[in-house]
Amino acid sequence: MKPLQPVAHGTRVVLGVTFFILFTALWAGVTFGGIVSKTFLADPVQMLRSGWVLLTEMGFAKDIGMTVWRVLGGFALATLAALPLGVAMGAYKPVEAFFEPFVSFARYLPASAFIPLLILWAGIGEAQKLSVIFIGSFFQLVLMIAVVVGNTRRDLVEAAYTLGASDAGIVRRVLIPGAAPEIFEILRMVLGWAWTYVIVAELIGASSGIGHMITDSQALLATDQIIFGIIVIGVIGLVSDLGFKWANRRMFPWALLGR
Amino acid sequence: MSPFLTIRGVSRSFAPTSGGAPTLALQATDLTVAENDFITILGPSGCGKSTLLRIVAGLDHPSSGEVQLAGKRIEGPGADRGMVFQSYTLFPWLTVRDNVCFGLNERGLPRAEQLELAQGFIRKVGLTGFEHHFPKQLSGGMQQRTALARALANGPRMLLMDEPFGALDHQTRELMQELLLGIWEGDEATARKTVMFVTHDIDEAVFMGSRVVVMSARPGRIKLDREVPIPHPRHYSVKTTPAFTELKAELMEQVRTEVLAAQAAMV
Repeated sequence: MKPLQPVAHGTRVVLGVTFFILFTALWAGVTFGGIVSKTFLADPVQMLRSGWVLLTEMGFAKDIGMTVWRVLGGFALATLAALPLGVAMGAYKPVEAFFEPFVSFARYLPASAFIPLLILWAGIGEAQKLSVIFIGSFFQLVLMIAVVVGNTRRDLVEAAYTLGASDAGIVRRVLIPGAAPEIFEILRMVLGWAWTYVIVAELIGASSGIGHMITDSQALLATDQIIFGIIVIGVIGLVSDLGFKWANRRMFPWALLGR
Repeated sequence: MSPFLTIRGVSRSFAPTSGGAPTLALQATDLTVAENDFITILGPSGCGKSTLLRIVAGLDHPSSGEVQLAGKRIEGPGADRGMVFQSYTLFPWLTVRDNVCFGLNERGLPRAEQLELAQGFIRKVGLTGFEHHFPKQLSGGMQQRTALARALANGPRMLLMDEPFGALDHQTRELMQELLLGIWEGDEATARKTVMFVTHDIDEAVFMGSRVVVMSARPGRIKLDREVPIPHPRHYSVKTTPAFTELKAELMEQVRTEVLAAQAAMV
């Protein structure tokens, strides 16, 4: 191997899949081999079997749907609010000076810690769940978008001015299009984090959703169901990642040329 | 001929970086440029020639003095002073054609008209067939040709060029000089763009300009102002004629003195 030497697509896929196979083999070895008790860790086969039961007899698909809608809903709201603010902060230094200290501070407030407060303020309905995800995503998005927009090449801005662009034109036609692929990448990353918040929100005070299923399974020591639930989240996250990457390539082909 | 561009008493000093004296990049400078003229500004690195050009472009403010274009004071950048930079400033998210259309788009020209104008300039710089390429797919020379087409397509009153061919290899640079000169000479004498071209390359300055202005080492001031006694249109073979060589020799001496002075100042 040589540093930074690219690898063929086929090889890349094979290597990635191999890791999963090895991981599953290790898991199977540890459980079937009796190294870890069945009470603490179910084996892969048992997990698949109970997963099947969850999906076919216990309406797990509906739970998955609920969780997905909560994540996407909360995330969409956060994005809608964060995009204009982030762009404004990146483009206009006074705006940045006004918001950045607070946003930087708020970024560290753990969304999970807000759950009890939100239950108090908003009850245990959907609004509360969406709020958790919103809080977890919004501040991260604003800050990262502001940084990307603020990092626009100055010489591109100057070139646009010499072509007659107005100040508003600079924001609309240089800052935003230039930052678009990176902003999209930021969305992909923060959506990943949003997933962790939704599960926590569903562990307490939920009557549906993957997190709720996990809490139920915990009471029954059904580690196979819990693991299945976690894996489902992992798979959905992976699929959304791949979806984002594909969409990024389609929308912004220019950003990857020559890489 | 009434001066088109007047630079009067323009100086530029920069605030000290860490508790020291401010840096005077440009001494109070006077310069007038006639319309339709092609002047080259020659000088060693750090002499303030780019600073002067940026002040004319409106991208920088003078610490003293003022610049006037056709009687109007320059306050900021604008489409009347198109610029080509040394770094490749094509917008990476736009194709060659959309880059060239950028200024026209900003002005709100109907799309069909934009495309027609853009196509004309793309053809002039020899990039027909590359309209739908992205800048990353182009070589340096092709990117600068696109940048030139983009600046010209916007119909500026003046064209400002800041060492546009500096990052290119020698052969490409020579071809680009001939391309630019050819486009400039292609217009009738009274319709030619007024060009201000900054370079540190003496051959380039003499080959392209009708007038060469030499700047001293920092703090920059104008040392020398010479007419280039070679008529337009110029074939690249003029580079070996006696008139060319004579002027080049004089400029070489002047520039060399400044480069040595700049190096001595750094010690």
